[in-house]
Amino acid sequence: MANSDVPTLEVRNLQTHFFTRAGVVKAVDDVSFSVRPGEVLGLVGESGSGKTVTGFSILGLVDEPGRVVGGEILYKGENIANASDERMRRLRGNNIAMIFQDPMMTLNPVLRVDTQMIEAIQAHENVSRNEAWERSRAALEQVGIPAAEERLKSYPHQFSGGMRQRVAIAIALLNKPDLIVADEPTTALDVTIQGQILYEVQKLCEETGTAMIWITHDLSVVAGLADEICVMYAGRVVEHGTVNDVLDNPAHPYTLGLINSVPSRNRRGEPLAQIPGMTPSLLNLPKGCPFKTRCPRVGPDCEIEPAITHPVTARDVRCHYPVTAGEAAAPTSEVTA
Amino acid sequence: MTVFIIRRLMQAALVVLIMSFLVFSGVFLVGDPTEILVADDADQAERAAVIESLGLDKPFHIQYLRFLTKAAEGDLGESFVFNEPALQLILDRLPATMELAIAALLISIVFGIPLGVIAGLKPDAVYSKFIMTGSILGFSLPTFWVGIMLILLFSVQLGWLPSTGRGDEIHYVFGFPTSLLTLDGWSHVLLPAVNLALFKLSAVTRLARAGTREVVHQDYVKFARAKGLTDQRVIFVHVLKNILIPVVTVLGLEFGGLVAFSVVTETIFAWPGIGKLLIDSIGLLDRPVIVAYLMIIVLLFVFLNLMVDICYSLLDPRVRLQDIKA
Repeated sequence: MANSDVPTLEVRNLQTHFFTRAGVVKAVDDVSFSVRPGEVLGLVGESGSGKTVTGFSILGLVDEPGRVVGGEILYKGENIANASDERMRRLRGNNIAMIFQDPMMTLNPVLRVDTQMIEAIQAHENVSRNEAWERSRAALEQVGIPAAEERLKSYPHQFSGGMRQRVAIAIALLNKPDLIVADEPTTALDVTIQGQILYEVQKLCEETGTAMIWITHDLSVVAGLADEICVMYAGRVVEHGTVNDVLDNPAHPYTLGLINSVPSRNRRGEPLAQIPGMTPSLLNLPKGCPFKTRCPRVGPDCEIEPAITHPVTARDVRCHYPVTAGEAAAPTSEVTA
Repeated sequence: MTVFIIRRLMQAALVVLIMSFLVFSGVFLVGDPTEILVADDADQAERAAVIESLGLDKPFHIQYLRFLTKAAEGDLGESFVFNEPALQLILDRLPATMELAIAALLISIVFGIPLGVIAGLKPDAVYSKFIMTGSILGFSLPTFWVGIMLILLFSVQLGWLPSTGRGDEIHYVFGFPTSLLTLDGWSHVLLPAVNLALFKLSAVTRLARAGTREVVHQDYVKFARAKGLTDQRVIFVHVLKNILIPVVTVLGLEFGGLVAFSVVTETIFAWPGIGKLLIDSIGLLDRPVIVAYLMIIVLLFVFLNLMVDICYSLLDPRVRLQDIKA
């Protein structure tokens, strides 16, 4: 990378809203983060917290009635939040690639794998079919698909789920992108396959210097993979810091709740911890802090929406009553109440 | 594949046998053709002679068995009216109907699929609502009325197109007579084909629209866009190939309908096809022609079903013919 001071991607105060008949849904509301070459950013949150919409916003793939209404998306310094359709098309798949959640659904069922790979190359480069085919074969081998030549002639339904996700990853890697947005790519796979894919993705990022945004609800995946972590709740980033800091020492009660929800061998026999209640509907968020209805530390200040503070060094937290290091060290049952 | 086709053909034979019984007994019940065929002033002896010559003096089961044995030899009986083999009568007129049906089918495909895709991609746009309203009209306006209006407008008022007949210049292609090799033939077929196509055109439009709306929200379409493909490639390759599966099914079956029920259109435009022959034969209670006509239509439907299944396996790689419940 020529200039590693410039982040591969910087998102500043991104707002993506959906204008539905029932009202405006603020799916992403004031989200900021950045990733540098070779870095992995974990974007963590429950379903409906706005992580996937954040990913689609970066690629300019937000469907109607959604729209990026505010903020900046800087790709190597260029603001692409309102770039033209053609500029976005050229970036997609070439500079910024995406891997989707469900490998069963991401490949077109009626087109052969080679068709779907070659078109991804030819959309960006004027190369012959043979050359594109050769590169596709190499990409399949890179992600560990045996007999790549034969597999290229197959249809998606002839692959297992793990193999399909490998194909999708191979397609994302085809044009050597600078940034990959991975939207829960291992959620639909079983644990051993998940491990293999994580290992390979990590290796590829290190080798090629590709930056990665890894969207997931699984903290254990992020713990092993990411450098930094953004915890999202109801369309907002509630905590942001390096992965070790945040996981060892969470400052936001929601992050603490998520960590305590991970089943652990050390707490055998005890009832599994959970965060009570559900993510609030984005259509009518409670006034003030959106987490207050589920929060064990709720207090009078929570009626006012918290701004970002830095209770710990190098940490962004959106909470009036952040957890201090001493409290978090002993996971209490208060989040389970 | 071969096993599939053989099994399918055996089923077809069974279907045809059952249909032959239903059709034959149905026509037997409809009425006594001798009332129409024998002149009013004929005496008892002449009457009996006619009845005997047509085989109508035998009981039902004998008549049916005789029909079956002859049908097995490819003889569906002689027309009471024309004194010609009924099969020959139908085969003479079938090419004209086929020509009409194929022209109507082409119109439905060429206009229906693009209109449906356009309406499906932007369902809220004004032009999409216009297309959908148009398709409702296509569905609900009676064929005979539209036919008459077409004649009034294009033949009578504007004088652009002929209103009746098939055109005079008939050429033979592989032994099949067709008028579609000349401009004159096309000018004759255009109005009746549009008339016949209107209903199917609406059906195809609605089907393509529904398919498009469903497919564009699939992950694989979003993934195709995430690869940086142009909109044209996403629509023409990724979307279109997926919506063709239901469209082909319906079109295949509807084509049988086009052939079988072109009766109204053929009557309005005096098109010399089998629809018109059927109407005339029913009027005269020409039993062998009615039976032969219905048998041909049954065979046509069975054949089209088979073709649709084969097309399926070509369009959708997940379908293998062995897996289709034969």
